[in-house]
Amino acid sequence: MTGDTLNPKDPDFKALGLIAGIEIHQQLNTEEKLFCRCPTSIREIGESSGTFFRYLRATKSELGELDRAAEEEMMRIRKFQYLTYDTTCLVENDEEPPAPLNDEALDIVLTIAKICGMTPVPEISTMRKLVIDGSNTSGFQRTSLVALNGKLPCGTAIDTICIEEEAAQRIEDTIFSLDRLGIPLIEITTAPDMHTPEDVQDTAAEIGMILRSTGRVKRGLGTIRQDINISIREGARVEIKGVQELDLISEVVRREVQRQVSLLEIRKELLARGASIEKDPVDITELCRGSGSKILKKAGMVLAIRLNGFAGLVGREIQPGRRLGSEMSDYAKKCGVGGLFHTDELPAYGVTADEVKAIKGSLLAGDNDCVILVADTQEKCRCAIKQIISRADMAFIGVPKETRKMLEEGSTAYMRPLPGAARMYPETDVFPVRVTKERFEALKIPEMINDTIARYSKTFGFDREVARQIAYSDRRDAFEEAITAGVKPTLAERAFNSTLRELSREGIIVDNLSNEDIISLLSDISRGKIAKEALSPILIAMAGGKQLKEAYESVAPQVSVDDLKEIVDRIVRERAEFIKERGNSATGPVMGVVMKEVRGSVDGKIVNQVLREAISRVLNDQ
Amino acid sequence: MNKQEFETGDQVRCSLDGCQCEGTYITARDGMATVKLTSGYNIGIPSDSLTWLSTPEQVQMDIQDVSQNTDLPLVSIVSTGGTIASRIDYRTGAVTSQFRATDILSAIPGLASLAQFRAVQLCNILSENMTPAIWQKLARAVYDEISAGSGGVIVTHGTDTMAFSAAAISFMVRSPVPVVFVGSQRSADRPSSDNVMNGMCAAAASLSELGEVVVLMHASTSDDKCVIHRGTRVRKMHTSRRDAFRTIGSDPVGTVDYPSLNVNLGPSAVKRGERDLAIFDKIEEHCGLIWYYPGMDPAILSAWKGYKGIILTGTGLGHVGTDFISRIKEMIADGTVFFMVSQCLNGRVCDRVYDTGRDLLSAGVIEGEDLLPEVALVKLMWVLGQGYGPDETARLMRENLVGELNRRSRV
Repeated sequence: MTGDTLNPKDPDFKALGLIAGIEIHQQLNTEEKLFCRCPTSIREIGESSGTFFRYLRATKSELGELDRAAEEEMMRIRKFQYLTYDTTCLVENDEEPPAPLNDEALDIVLTIAKICGMTPVPEISTMRKLVIDGSNTSGFQRTSLVALNGKLPCGTAIDTICIEEEAAQRIEDTIFSLDRLGIPLIEITTAPDMHTPEDVQDTAAEIGMILRSTGRVKRGLGTIRQDINISIREGARVEIKGVQELDLISEVVRREVQRQVSLLEIRKELLARGASIEKDPVDITELCRGSGSKILKKAGMVLAIRLNGFAGLVGREIQPGRRLGSEMSDYAKKCGVGGLFHTDELPAYGVTADEVKAIKGSLLAGDNDCVILVADTQEKCRCAIKQIISRADMAFIGVPKETRKMLEEGSTAYMRPLPGAARMYPETDVFPVRVTKERFEALKIPEMINDTIARYSKTFGFDREVARQIAYSDRRDAFEEAITAGVKPTLAERAFNSTLRELSREGIIVDNLSNEDIISLLSDISRGKIAKEALSPILIAMAGGKQLKEAYESVAPQVSVDDLKEIVDRIVRERAEFIKERGNSATGPVMGVVMKEVRGSVDGKIVNQVLREAISRVLNDQ
Repeated sequence: MNKQEFETGDQVRCSLDGCQCEGTYITARDGMATVKLTSGYNIGIPSDSLTWLSTPEQVQMDIQDVSQNTDLPLVSIVSTGGTIASRIDYRTGAVTSQFRATDILSAIPGLASLAQFRAVQLCNILSENMTPAIWQKLARAVYDEISAGSGGVIVTHGTDTMAFSAAAISFMVRSPVPVVFVGSQRSADRPSSDNVMNGMCAAAASLSELGEVVVLMHASTSDDKCVIHRGTRVRKMHTSRRDAFRTIGSDPVGTVDYPSLNVNLGPSAVKRGERDLAIFDKIEEHCGLIWYYPGMDPAILSAWKGYKGIILTGTGLGHVGTDFISRIKEMIADGTVFFMVSQCLNGRVCDRVYDTGRDLLSAGVIEGEDLLPEVALVKLMWVLGQGYGPDETARLMRENLVGELNRRSRV
C-alpha cells in the first residue's frame, strides 16, 4: 500500500479494493403499527401519558457466551425508562402479546420487492432479534425476511428485503419514547456490490426514488436511515450508521476510505519503528495537582500510559477533524470519562510545556514516545486505560471492525464493536404468513417517479427540474386531479409548485393551503370567473387565513363581464380622441388603464377582447 | 446421497425460483419446511425444494454445574411447569424450560448468593391442565420438603390457574415456613421477562419471617416491587400484564422491593413458626362451580347430578334466577351441598335482603360470605374431603380457616 494509491484529488478506488454495501431502513406510512393496532403517529414528549421502567437482562447463548456487542453494552448496568402516550398500548409496553403481522405493511414491502424483481419467501417467519440497549421494551426486535435476490435498475444487486418493527426513540441516555416503537419498517440490504463513492450515492438515490414512488412511505427527518458498509482490501469491514443526507453519502465513503488508508499507513509506521505499548498505567494524580488544566487539577485520579514509538502518530489526522487520538478517546468514553489528553497535542488546554516535560519524565518517555492521560474517578480511569490500550493494540492490526456513527461533515466516530451473528429465534406468538403466487402477482406496481418526471417533461413541456419538483411533491396527486379536470398544465404547475415555492421564499406559510381550495381556485380561473393574474394574491390571502370567497373579495371586487363592458366603454369614451388618433395601436396603452382599474380581477385576455371590440366600434363610427 | 426425510440440524440447500441459499433444516408441516438461513432468519419453503447437504455432529453443550454455598439456608424449588428459567438453542430456535437447580441458578445468578437450593420437578404442564389430583401430589411434595428441613418452599407454576393451586395448598398444608407460588407473565426467554425479578423476590420472601402460603408477582408494570398475596385471596385479573394478580377484598400480605430485596410484611401476615407443620391432603373432587347468567336453563343442573358440592357464583348479593330454585332444592335433598358466592368478586354475599335470596336460603343454599368463587370451590373440595357431615361442612365453610374469609368487611 503506497501513498500514491490515495491521491487525495482522485483516489484509485478500484486499486484500493473498495467494496461497499448499503442497508436502508424506511418507515412505512400505514394505518396501524406492525404488530398492534396503534396509529403510527410521532408525538411530542410533553404529550406523554405516563412512564414506567424495566431492567433488561442479557441472555446467554447456548454456548454460555454473551453477544459481543451486548457485552459492551452491559459494561454500564442501567435500567430503562419508557414514556407512554394515548396512542400507544400494552403491546408497546411488552404487557400483551403482539397482534398478527400488519397486512397493509406487508403489501407495501412485497410491492417494493416486486419492483426490484425479487423472489418472495413462500412463508414468512417472524423472528425475535435480541437487542438490549433499551430501544425495544421486550429486549428483542421482531423482524421477518420477506424477499431475496433482486436487482436495481442501476445494476446494484439487492440481497434481501425484510419487514421489521421500528425501535423506540432515545430521548436521553436510558429514557425512551414509545410512540415510535412498532412503526413498520422496510429494510433493504444491497449486496456489497459498489466500488466507488458515486456508485454508493447513486444506489441510495435510486432506492430512495423507488420508495417514494410507492407513495406509502413516511417523509421527514428520521423516517429513513441509511447505513453503509465499507471496506478496502487491506482494511476491514466498517459499518457506518445513520447517514441521513443523500448528498453526503459519497463524501462519507470517500472519508472512510481515507481513514482506513491512513490507519494502514500508521500501522506500517508503527511496525517500522518497532513500537510497543506499556501495559501498566502510572498514577500521576499528585503530579497534576498543580496543573494549569482544571480537569487534571481537580480529578480524583489521573492515570497515564506510555505508548512507545507512537509520537506524532496519535496526533496524525486520519480523516478531516479526526486523529488516531480521537479513536482512542471514543473507546475511553465508553467508561464514562469525558475524553483524554495526549502529548502529541500538548502543551494545550491549560497544560504547560513544563508540565508536559514533567509528565513525560515521570513516565520515562522519550522523544519517540507518546503519553496518554485520563482524568476522572479511580474506577473510570482504570476502565478507560484498558480501553485505550485495547485500541492502541488494534493500531498494529490496522483497521478494527467497528460500527461507527456519522459526524456532521462526513467523518465518523466509533460507536461499538461490530456485532456477532444476530441472536435470532422464532417469534412464536406471530403465525407464519403464506405469500401465495396469486397475492404477489396481484400487486400493482406504481409508476416510478423517474418515469413520472420524464412523462411530465414530455407531455407538459416542463423543464426537468420543475418536472422533478412536482413529481416528488406532496401535492402531486392534486396536481394530476386538476389536469384531469381541464386546468392548463402550466397554470396547475404554478398553483401547486412554483408559486408556492416563491411565496414560501418570501416567508409566507403555504403548508395550510388545502389542495381542495387550490383546485376550486383553479377551476374558477379556468371558467373565467377570476383572472389568472390573481392567482398569487389570492393564495397569499388564503395563506393568511382567509376563506376562498373572502380572498376573492379582498384581492379585487368581482367584476362581471357586463361590469367590464361598462368600465371599458367609459374609459374608451374618455379617451376617444386618443383612440381616433392612434387607431388600433391605442389598444396597448388603453389596456393598461383598464387593467389598473379592474385590478386583475378579470382575465387579461377577456379584457383585451372586450377592449378591442369597444375600440373597433369607436373607429368604425368615424 | 439423496435424502428425502430431513432431521433437525441437517444442512440443506434451498432452491427458490433460481435463487439458491443454504441453511439448517428445522422442521416441516403440511409440505412446508422451516429452514434457518446463515443470516439467522427462518423461512418457510416447500419441502420438495430442499436438497440435503450434510448432517453435522451434535455439539455437546458444556453445562457448568453451579456450585452452591452450603452455609446459606436451604430453600426448595418445586416446579409444576411455570417457566422461571429457559434456554434458547439458537441453532434451531427451540426454547426449552429449565427445571434443574443448576439451570435455574444459571438463569438467575443472583439466587446463589441468597440461599442453597434443592429443585424438585413435580411435573411439567401448562397450568390449564392442572387437576385436583396434582394439587394433592403438590401438597405432599411441599410437605416433604419442609419435613426434610427446607426453610422455605418456592413453587413455580403457570399463571393461569396458580391461584387455584395456591388456595389448594393453603388448605392442604399447614406450614410454619413460607410457601411462595411464583410464575412469569412474560416468557423467560426474553430479556424483559419478569422471571428474574419474580424469582429473586420469591427467594427473598421464602427466606423472610413469613409463615404461610402466598402468591408473589409484580406490583405494577415497572420493575420496582413485587406483591405478596395471601394464597386464598388472590386472583388473576388481567390476561397478560405483569401485575395481573391482585388481592381482592383484603390487603396484600406484604411486598418485596427490587433490587434491594427488602421484604415488608403487613400486620396481617402469618409469621414463621406460627403454624405447626401438618398435611390434610384428602379432597372431594366431585364438586362443581357454576357461573349463573340471565336465562340460564335450570335443566343444565342435571349435568351436575350426583356431585357432592356446588359453588353457585350468583349475581349481585348472591342471586340466581327464581326458576333455578326448585331444581336446587331437589339436588340438596339428594345430598348435594350448595354454597353461594358472587360474580362481583368484591363484597359479601347476603341472601337475606331480597326475595330470591331468602328463597334460596329456604331451599338450603348457604351464604359463602366474601369467598372468591375459585377459592370457595377449592375450600369446598377440601372440607368435604375431610369427611364432615353437612352441618359441620356448612359451619367450616363459613369459618375463616386460613385467611380465605373475612368476618368483617373493612372500609
